[in-house]
Amino acid sequence: MPSILMPALSPTMEEGKLAKWLKQVGDMVKPGDVIAEIETDKATMEVEAVDEGPLSAILVPAGTEHVKVNTPIAVIGAADAVPAPKTEVPKPAPATLAAPPVVTQSAPPEEANPTGTEMETMTVREAIRAAMSEEMRRDPEVFLMGEEVGQYQGAYKISQGMLEEFGPQRIIDTPITEHGFAGLAVGAGFAGLKPIVEFMTFNFSMQAIDHIINSAAKTLYMSGGQMGCSIVFRGPNGAAARVAAQHSQDYAAWYGHIPGLKVVMPYTAADAKGLMKAAIRDPNPVVFLENEILYGKSFEVPKGDDWIVPIGKARIARTGRHVTIVSFGISMILALSAAEKLAAEGIEAEVIDLRSIRPLDLPTVIESVKKTNRCVCVEEGFPQFSVTSELAAQVMTHAFDYLDAPVARVAGKDVPMPYAANLEKLALPNADEVVAAAKAVLYV
Amino acid sequence: MAVKSAYIARKNGKSDKPAPSNSGFTAEEELHAYREMLLIRRFEEKAGQLYGMGFIGGFCHLYIGQEAVVVGMQMAQKQGDQVITSYRDHGHMLACGMDPKGVMAELTGRRGGLSKGKGGSMHMFSREKHFFGGHGIVGAQVPLGAGLAFANKYRGNDHVAVAYFGDGAANQGQVYETFNMASIWKLPVIFIIENNRYAMGTAATRSTAMAEQLGARGSAFGIPFEQIDGMDVRAVREAGERAVAHCRAGEGPYILEMMTYRYRGHSMSDPAKYRSKEEVQKMREEHDPIEQVKARILNGKMASEDELKRIDSEIRAIVTEAAEFAQNDPEPDASELYTDIYVNA
Ligand SMILES: Cc1ncc(C[n+]2csc(CCOP(=O)(O)OP(=O)(O)O)c2C)c(N)n1
Ligand SMILES: [Mg+2]
Repeated sequence: MPSILMPALSPTMEEGKLAKWLKQVGDMVKPGDVIAEIETDKATMEVEAVDEGPLSAILVPAGTEHVKVNTPIAVIGAADAVPAPKTEVPKPAPATLAAPPVVTQSAPPEEANPTGTEMETMTVREAIRAAMSEEMRRDPEVFLMGEEVGQYQGAYKISQGMLEEFGPQRIIDTPITEHGFAGLAVGAGFAGLKPIVEFMTFNFSMQAIDHIINSAAKTLYMSGGQMGCSIVFRGPNGAAARVAAQHSQDYAAWYGHIPGLKVVMPYTAADAKGLMKAAIRDPNPVVFLENEILYGKSFEVPKGDDWIVPIGKARIARTGRHVTIVSFGISMILALSAAEKLAAEGIEAEVIDLRSIRPLDLPTVIESVKKTNRCVCVEEGFPQFSVTSELAAQVMTHAFDYLDAPVARVAGKDVPMPYAANLEKLALPNADEVVAAAKAVLYV
Repeated sequence: MAVKSAYIARKNGKSDKPAPSNSGFTAEEELHAYREMLLIRRFEEKAGQLYGMGFIGGFCHLYIGQEAVVVGMQMAQKQGDQVITSYRDHGHMLACGMDPKGVMAELTGRRGGLSKGKGGSMHMFSREKHFFGGHGIVGAQVPLGAGLAFANKYRGNDHVAVAYFGDGAANQGQVYETFNMASIWKLPVIFIIENNRYAMGTAATRSTAMAEQLGARGSAFGIPFEQIDGMDVRAVREAGERAVAHCRAGEGPYILEMMTYRYRGHSMSDPAKYRSKEEVQKMREEHDPIEQVKARILNGKMASEDELKRIDSEIRAIVTEAAEFAQNDPEPDASELYTDIYVNA
């Protein structure tokens, strides 16, 4: 008899809370009946039955947290049935999650972590929200605008609770009009306000890219230094999971190309918080690239509201002497897990988290390469004209005499992101490719 | 929904016969308008000359013929109201009170230019004069201008932002994205459509649906609009005052479609083959904004021929001085290549 499985209610959901049962054992259910409520990290969602029959067993009681996607939660029909592996809602099986589990970054950036700093565990989502809220409390000229940031509490719940705290004057729901509201925010920035513009995802920023580049990034120069614009453009960037080509692009290289913009792409919650605060305080336009898959990941974050990570400083996430692996954003998962695998074979990789794409912290990269003499650069974006191609060129220019092998690159494949689970997995870089690249530059 | 519209219907549907103004100017106002418009005219003629001599490069879009629009609007505004426009911006800068020397030196790409020679004709700014550019991307200034208005509303002051754009720009999607936001958020922004009938070589009638009524596009958003004789500085100021009062009262945006005409080509490199010499000649002879004021001044004996001549020569002197400065000022230092990319954090 059909068992009901914990459904995945968003492309990146891995688990959720079974909040409430709306049917009791013995109740008849018909397809379309709402039988339960589930809380994800984003929203409370209703589960509908797709089969007909009596609800014969509830396998997961109401109130249970961390119920993994695809766990059987109830049975419809004869109670003696063994829960069949039938899926109520197709499970996305996100390819990116197939990567080995994240090694939690216990060591936040040393330069800003005086010994004795108290830490707290926070998700990236909470870190970004905390940073924005703290800065809004500190400076009344900071405001947040975007689609669904207010009443809906954020498409990805980043701004949850902020409308209640700051009110509709400062948490502004916009129409679906990226070109228009990006331009409007830049105008407000010219007038001296400090807008934070949320793109529901960066894919949609292409409609606004004219204002990001032509209006926000270039006006200071064209005005001979008179008309700066302190503004943050932020939102999830890169591949989420199974959302295909138009919703899965990484814009690091696009925005990293532009003089006048600063571009950051944090991996840890500590960096997300510290860089967001730096971005809001920065008098220049900053593109802040987040990642939906990272939103729910937890990291240790220094307590308090004075935690700032300077823009333009990379972080050595792991020290090593045989090969330098440079990455940023979600690809740090691959870099770190590759380093683990290499360590098991006696290869010590130094892993650098760039954190900032523009300005690039080349000195940190070059110093490391001078020590290891080998370099692998890892990113999720398309390979041509990419952040890693820039890194390769810079390392060649500045550390040619130190290199014992050509710089290797691991990037997304040169294809629009496919939908099929297996193809998506193939299109994205993985840790084994990073391991192979490291071995190749080590000639082992 | 009934649109609260102050639309002034034209009698015969021809765009060269919009409703006339009944509002009188005082002698002082007529002379002020004369002076301001003449400064723009003479400045632009000089810019055209310097372009021909190779002192000015790139694109250079002259405002000759349209002077009454910005001068009339400026007379309706108060200190601190913001202005933003397109690349056809020299007139707006002069009307905002920016230094003609600084404007001309920017045209020639010299270090004393208002953008240190790094912006050029299309990109100049002045925080002090509340002039926010000078934008080279057609239509970009419309949401930017609404953003200035947003800042006014956010800060709770009663300033108004004036965003100018052309008949061609009126076909940009971002204009309507902005109308929508300005309307729902009641932003104090005046949208001025400078309908000079052409976008480069394309007549509005060839590119634009309902081209005889561009302002009416605001009615879909509940934004009041008027079509105004933009060659008559009095009509412009009068409509500007209605628009400003509406915005200051917190009633939201307002659209003024100014029926105007540029005498010169789109830019200096435009041979203007898309319209007849007769059409241009007719506008100059029958509708010239400066000649209209001049005639009123003389007929009303507000000033004598001699007094006007004195104003003319004062203005010529200002323009000559600006041109000389712009030709002799040095180019920016090479070190300026790498400055002003970021504000130091
Ligand atoms: C987005 C964009 N497309 C095209 C151009 C090239 N262009 C510059 S001005 C212009 C015509 C605009 O006409 P209009 O808005 O009527 O203003 P006017 O020049 O008459 O003042 C065009 C097509 C541009 N600068 N920006
Ligand atoms: Mg035009």
